[in-house]
Amino acid sequence: MDVFIRKKIRQVLKGDQNAFGEIVEIYKDKVYQLCYRMLGNRHEAEDVAQEAFLRAYLNIRRYDENRKFSTWLYRITTNLCIDRIRKKKPDYHLDADIEGSENLTLYSQIASSSHLPEQEVEHMELQESIQQAILKLPEKYRAVIILKYMEELSVEEIAGILDMPVGTVKTRLHRGREALRKHLRKL
Amino acid sequence: MNADCQKEITRYMHEYLDGELPKEQVVKLREHLEQCQDCHQHFQELKQSIMFVRGLSNSVKAPEHFTENVLSLLPKEKRTIKLQRWFHLHPFLTACAIFFVFMMGSFVALWEQDQQFSFTKQPNLVVKGNTVIVPKGKTVKGDLVVRNGDIRIEGEVDGDVTVINGEKYMASAGKVTGNIQEIHQMFEWLWFHMKELVAQ
Repeated sequence: MDVFIRKKIRQVLKGDQNAFGEIVEIYKDKVYQLCYRMLGNRHEAEDVAQEAFLRAYLNIRRYDENRKFSTWLYRITTNLCIDRIRKKKPDYHLDADIEGSENLTLYSQIASSSHLPEQEVEHMELQESIQQAILKLPEKYRAVIILKYMEELSVEEIAGILDMPVGTVKTRLHRGREALRKHLRKL
Repeated sequence: MNADCQKEITRYMHEYLDGELPKEQVVKLREHLEQCQDCHQHFQELKQSIMFVRGLSNSVKAPEHFTENVLSLLPKEKRTIKLQRWFHLHPFLTACAIFFVFMMGSFVALWEQDQQFSFTKQPNLVVKGNTVIVPKGKTVKGDLVVRNGDIRIEGEVDGDVTVINGEKYMASAGKVTGNIQEIHQMFEWLWFHMKELVAQ
């Protein structure tokens, strides 16, 4: 895998955009998932995920080959997500309302068109509640929780992505878990 | 549950969840959880929260055409890269192209070599400057090729006559039993050589 990525990056450095396309194919779901869980909105997630890959391409010369490519890509993505969250904070409640209604229409569309069994609807509602609980976390805890439990990364890798000591990552992980527990205990 | 025990036990819980709690403390944590209902529930809730979040992982996929959309955002790539990639994707055509270039090269070399005046040595021929003459009343047996020169046929040629980059003058008494060919252009010359090659 790493050998393959390294080869592709060399081709990208020579200017081959198709090689970059292959890199995008490999990481797109991971990057999109990170954005979606951080932002809670599909359009924004797509926008930020695209921006992350674009930045990776434009700055590929700054990538250090001795480090993991995924760590570097996740760092770009996480930083962009956190920037986006900070920018939209003032009208957070307005956004939340719009997101809520969006999901509602989405749910009703799916439910009416394919007649989902009750169980499945419940499952989707549960997923939505979990997503809302994640969105309630302050972004510094949110990023750590998502990277750890959705992207399945080690504490050391997360420290590399967020550019902070391992001890800090652990502390945030502990606090993030406690905050999640408070939001999710009722489920 | 008292406040002191809770603080320490909560720390143990998190270290356990990170997989970093030493064995002795694991035993201690387990013993405590058996006795303390509050801590037991706290621990269960933490584990459940993690399970919930894990349950969401990999449930969303990047939208359709994501990669194409990203590629369309990139600045335009250089043409040389496109060419290189084309060569990679079409190895057979590339081999043909390279072969063709080399063939052309050897023909061009041959062409340049051929810029000097030369002709098939046959008895009875007379040469004046760049003109080969078949004298009156004489017969040349066999094919005759003249390069970069003219030929004047006053006698008889018992075979084909080919003139490359030259003129052919036929006297009224002149006679050629085979074909007469005049080649002026490089391509005709090329064609002539290829035919010869195949004939060989």
